Amino acid sequence: MSDVTDTSTPERPAQLPAQSPPVDPAETAAAEQRAAGRLSWWRGESGEGARRNLWLIGVLVALIVIGIVTRPDLYGNSSWVWSNILVILKLASVVGVVSVGMTFVIIGGGIDLSVGAIVALAGVWATTVATQSYGAGGMIFCALTVGLGVGLVNGLLISYGRLVPFIATLAMLVAARGLAAELSDKQTQVSNNATINDIASTNLLGIPLLVYILAAVVIAGWVLLNRTTFGRRTVAVGGNPEAARLAGIDVKRHTLMLYALSGLCCGIAAIMLTAQATSAQAAMANLYELDAIAAVIIGGTLLSGGRGTIIGSLLGVIIFSTITNLFAINGLTTEAQNMVKGGIIVAAVLVQQVQFRSLTQFLGRNRLTTN
Amino acid sequence: MTEREEGVVTEPEASPTGGGAQGGSVDAPLLEAPADTVAGEVVLRLTDVVKTFPGVRALDGVQLEVRAGEVHCLLGQNGAGKSTLIKVLSGVHQPDSGQVEWRGEPVTFANPQAAMRAGIATIYQELDLVEDLSVAENAFLGHEPRRFGFVRRGQMARRTRQILGRLGHAEIPPNRMVRLLPAAGKQVVSMARALSHEARLIIMDEPSAVLAHDEVGNLFRIIRELTAQGIAVIYISHRLEEIREIGDRVTVLKDGGTTAANLPARDTPTRDLVNRMTGRTIEYVFPERPTGAGPAEADLLVVEGLTRPGEFADVSLRVRPGEVVGIAGLVGSGRSELLETIYGARRAEAGTVRMAGRVLRAGSVGAAVRAGMGMAPEERKSQALLLGEPIYRNVTLATFTRYARAGFTDVGRERAEADRIAESLELRPRDVRRPVRTLSGGNQQKVVVGRWLLGDTKLLLLDEPTRGVDVGARAELYQVIRSLAEQGVGVLLVSSEVPEVLGLADRVLVMREGRVVREAPAGELDENTVLDLVMAGSLMEGAAA
Ligand SMILES: Nc1ncnc2c1ncn2[C@@H]1O[C@H](COP(=O)(O)OP(=O)(O)OP(=O)(O)O)[C@@H](O)[C@H]1O
Ligand SMILES: [Mg+2]
Repeated sequence: MSDVTDTSTPERPAQLPAQSPPVDPAETAAAEQRAAGRLSWWRGESGEGARRNLWLIGVLVALIVIGIVTRPDLYGNSSWVWSNILVILKLASVVGVVSVGMTFVIIGGGIDLSVGAIVALAGVWATTVATQSYGAGGMIFCALTVGLGVGLVNGLLISYGRLVPFIATLAMLVAARGLAAELSDKQTQVSNNATINDIASTNLLGIPLLVYILAAVVIAGWVLLNRTTFGRRTVAVGGNPEAARLAGIDVKRHTLMLYALSGLCCGIAAIMLTAQATSAQAAMANLYELDAIAAVIIGGTLLSGGRGTIIGSLLGVIIFSTITNLFAINGLTTEAQNMVKGGIIVAAVLVQQVQFRSLTQFLGRNRLTTN
Repeated sequence: MTEREEGVVTEPEASPTGGGAQGGSVDAPLLEAPADTVAGEVVLRLTDVVKTFPGVRALDGVQLEVRAGEVHCLLGQNGAGKSTLIKVLSGVHQPDSGQVEWRGEPVTFANPQAAMRAGIATIYQELDLVEDLSVAENAFLGHEPRRFGFVRRGQMARRTRQILGRLGHAEIPPNRMVRLLPAAGKQVVSMARALSHEARLIIMDEPSAVLAHDEVGNLFRIIRELTAQGIAVIYISHRLEEIREIGDRVTVLKDGGTTAANLPARDTPTRDLVNRMTGRTIEYVFPERPTGAGPAEADLLVVEGLTRPGEFADVSLRVRPGEVVGIAGLVGSGRSELLETIYGARRAEAGTVRMAGRVLRAGSVGAAVRAGMGMAPEERKSQALLLGEPIYRNVTLATFTRYARAGFTDVGRERAEADRIAESLELRPRDVRRPVRTLSGGNQQKVVVGRWLLGDTKLLLLDEPTRGVDVGARAELYQVIRSLAEQGVGVLLVSSEVPEVLGLADRVLVMREGRVVREAPAGELDENTVLDLVMAGSLMEGAAA
C-alpha cells in the first residue's frame, strides 16, 4: 500500500486530492460486475443448494457402484438394470410424496411427526365399506379430505393454539393411529375398487403410474417453493418469524397452511399406498415420519428452518430406497439396513454442519502449512 | 493520562509508521499483568494485512499502529472493512497475507480464545450474547472460574458484580437472564465480558450505537479509566463528535485500505476526515424543511390514549401527510414499544390507533400494513432480516406479493426495484443477489430501511434508522426521508441522537418513562432543552429487579 499517509500533523488539506486519487467509477463498476459474475455461478441464489445436491448425487453413484461390485451378474443385464431403477423409484414414490410436504413444514420452521399416522387414517377411512360404495372418486376425495383436515387440525393447534410442533404432531400421531384402529376395528380392509388398485399396477410408456404421481408432486412442490409467493413466505416464516411478522406476513395463517399442505400430501400418499397393498390398515405407513424427516434433512434442508430444497429431499428419498434395494438384491436383513441408514443420516448432518466452504478452507490451510 | 494531552499525538512524528515499521517495537516480551505496560509503547502493529471473502477484498493492505494507553479510533464508510479488521485481530478471521505484530512479535490468532489469552478482548458490533444464560455466565463464557472441573458460581457472580459496579451498573443482577435485559443492558454485559479478561487491548465496534446519550458519557468514563491503566482501546464509531471527545489518534480506512494513519483525533478538520473516508466532500447537514406551513390536511395518523402498562401510558399523537414527527427519549423510555404498538406488533391495553380516519384493529400488523404503514424496527438482526437470503429478497420482503402475478413471484422486477433502492442508499456491494449476511452492519441497516421505500407506504415508522450508518449514507438517508415527506408520506421517527431528531423532524415529542412530557415544533427546541427533559429519569430501571 503506497497511498498510506502518515499524517501526524493536521495541516495541509491542500495535499488531499493527491493522497486520495479519484477512483474511476466505471472501473469500480466493472470490478463489481466481475465479482458478481464470479459469484453467481457457484454460489448464486440456487447455487448453494445445487452444490449440496451434487454431493447427494455422488452418494447415489457410490451406492450404485457398490451394487455393481456386489452383484456384477445382475448389473451385467441391461434390462434388469432398467427394471431395477423403476423398482427403486416405485419404492421411493409414497415416501417421496410425503417428503415434499415435510420439506415445506421444515423449511417453515416446524416438524410434522404425524405424517405416517395421517397416511394410515386416510387410507383406512377411504377403504371403509361406506366410502368404497362411492367408487374410486369418492375414495380419493375421502383420502384427500381426511389428510387435509388432519393437517388443518395440526396447523390450528400449532399456530393459534401455540403448541410446540413436536408436541402437537406427536399427539396427533397417537390420536390418528387410534382413530384409524377404531374405524377399521383393527382389521385389514381390502380395497375392492379396481380403479384404485390399478393405480399401483398401471404402466404408462413403461413407467409406473406411481412414479408419474411422484414426479407431478415434486414438480408442483418445486414450483410452489421457488416460484410463488407461498414459497417465499415459507422461507421467510422459517428463517426469521419475527422479521416476517413485522414485514406484514401473516405468520400464523401461513403456518396453518404449511401443515395443511403436509396433510394433503399424506392424503395423496394414502391412495398410492392403498393401491399398492390393495388394502389399508391402521398400522400401515409405519415410521414414515422418520423416513421423510431423514430424507429431508439429508437433502440439505435446515432442521431449524429457513432453507431447503425439494430436489434435495427427493434425492434423499431415492438414496434411502436405493439402500433398501441394495440390501434386497444382496439378500441382507433389514436390521443391517437400518444401521446403515442411521449412519447415513449422521454423516449427512455432519456435512451440513461442517459445510463445504469451511472444509475447503481447512484443506487449504493444511496445504499451506505442509508447503 | 498525561499522554492524552500531547505526547501520543506528537510522538509519531518522530517515528513515522510507514518507514520504520520495526522502530517502535519493544525488544523483550513483557510480563502478563497489564501494570507493566509502558505508556505510549506500540502494542499492536499491522502491516499490509489482506483478507478476502469470495468475491470481495474486505481488507486490502491495512496499516495500523496502536499504542498502550491510547484510544485509537477507526473511521471508514460502511463496508470499508472496520469490522473485518477487528475480527482479524480477535481471531475470528485469519489474514490471507500481511503481518500482525502484537507486543513486538508476529502472531496469528487461530481462534478467538487465542486472542483473548494474548490479552485482546473484543466487543462486537452485533451483540453476541447467549440470551438464555445469566449475566454472569455470559460475562465469563468460555473462561469460567473453575475448581476440579466445577464452575465456581459464587466467585463468578461476585466478580461479575464487581465488574458491573465498575461499569456503573451495579443494579444489574448477575444471575438475571440476559434475555430479560433491555438493549443497553446487553451492551453493558458485553462490556463486562471484555473486562472479565486481563486485557491489554480492548476493541469496541460501534459500542455507542445502542446507547443513549448519558450512557455514552458513562462509556467514556470507563474508557478513560482503562487507558489510565495503560490499556489500549480501539474504538469504532460513525459519530465524529464521539471520536473528537474520546479519541487520541485516528486511522481512516477506505475500501479495505488505510488512507490515513495516526491523525490527531481532536485537531484534524472534519472536512479532512470525511474526505479521506469517502474521497469526496459531504456536507453533513439536514435537508431543508419546506418553508411555510403546508396545507392543513387531515391527519394521517391519530393515536389517542395509547397505553401498555409498564411500557408507556396515555400517549396521544398525530402525524399529517408530509410531516416528519420525531420522538426523543432515552432507551427504555418506551419509545420503541410505542412504535411497535402503533404498528400492531404489540397489543395496546387501552387507546386507539387511527389511520386516515379508520380505527385499526389492535395487535394486527397485517391491518397496519394494509392501511399503508411500514416499520423499520430497532434490532435489524432479530427483527428485520433473513440473513441467509439475498439482499433483494430482504428488500422486497414486505412487497413481493405486489410484484407477483397470480401468486407467481416476479424475481426480475423485484431485483430491479431492489437495485433502485440500493442505488439511492449507496448500498455496497451493489450486487443485490448476495446474502445479507455478508453485508457490513451499516449496509444491513440500509436494507432494513430500504424495504419501506418501496410500494405505497403512507406512514413510515422508523426506529433508529441511522444506527451504524456512515456519514455519507446518513446524509443520503436524510434526503430520502425528506423527499418521501415531500411526496406526502408521514414519518414517525425515533432516535437516540437528539440532533438527528431536531434536524430532521418538523415536530418533536419528548418521552420520559413512558409519557410524552413535551411536544413542540422542532424549531422551538434546542439540544440542551431536550436533554434536560429526557434525562430526569434513569435508564436501567427496567432491568433492576
Ligand atoms: N462473511 C463475509 N462474506 C463475504 N463478504 C463479507 C463477509 N464479511 C464482510 N464482508 C464484506 O467485507 C466488506 C467489509 O465489511 P465490514 O463488516 O468489515 O465493514 P465495516 O467497515 O465494519 O462497515 P460498517 O460500518 O457498516 O459496520 C464488506 O464489503 C462486506 O460486504
Ligand atoms: Mg462494522
